[in-house]
Amino acid sequence: MLNKFDIQIREAQEHAVIETTGYLNDALGEQLSEKAQELIQGGCVQLVINLEKTTLINSIGISILIEIIESLEEREGTLNFCGLSPTQERTFRMMAIAKYAGIFPDEESAVANL
Amino acid sequence: MSDQHKVLLTIPMYPDMELAAAKTGSVLAELKDFNEEAVEEIQLAIIETCINASEHSQSEDKEVHIQFLVTDDQLQVKITDRGVGITADTLDGTRLLGSPGIHPDLRKRGRGLQIIKALMDEVMIESSPNGTTVSFIKKKTAE
Repeated sequence: MLNKFDIQIREAQEHAVIETTGYLNDALGEQLSEKAQELIQGGCVQLVINLEKTTLINSIGISILIEIIESLEEREGTLNFCGLSPTQERTFRMMAIAKYAGIFPDEESAVANL
Repeated sequence: MSDQHKVLLTIPMYPDMELAAAKTGSVLAELKDFNEEAVEEIQLAIIETCINASEHSQSEDKEVHIQFLVTDDQLQVKITDRGVGITADTLDGTRLLGSPGIHPDLRKRGRGLQIIKALMDEVMIESSPNGTTVSFIKKKTAE
């Protein structure tokens, strides 16, 4: 397999951080979506997705992130992203993701702004 | 006369094979000292074009043919499939929208070409019932 990926979850009392590693395509995206939905269904609606170790994100990966944003909106939750490369941030802004989710340089500020 | 390198690559339409094409593009761009951001933009444009070919070409040979041409000041990539061609509604993304979400501006599908056009300096698409070639150029910017 060309794409080695991993997902780590750090849960706190009122929020959770999901950290992805690898190429965010349909395969990693589906795993990310499952983990996010588990958290949301369990009542955790304050989420940070840390993309610092995510080398590339394709448009299918972005569509899965949009689905997570929409799931959180239905439950009046919040999603913040951190660790984006300049190209990833530019792409998120182009695709209007930045209108509905926060973008922060690091995990600490992303959590603080939930 | 500028130093020029041409690389030809054929990848099968298997999951993640677009990474092999993206890696080749990044190596050539790094060889010519493109900055880190440009290298990532080139990789993303290659990935999106290869995914479009795999998802929509209906090509019988299930192959994507890629030609890289790098000079001192630009990288040109031509990505060809031998599929059925693409239509105007595929080009503007309207055929790929899927079900509407909560926010109309958060379109889930059909954004690959928009990304490619935004990240590359020139993009050209040639399509016929015998296949499609997407060509793009990324110019090296002064640091």
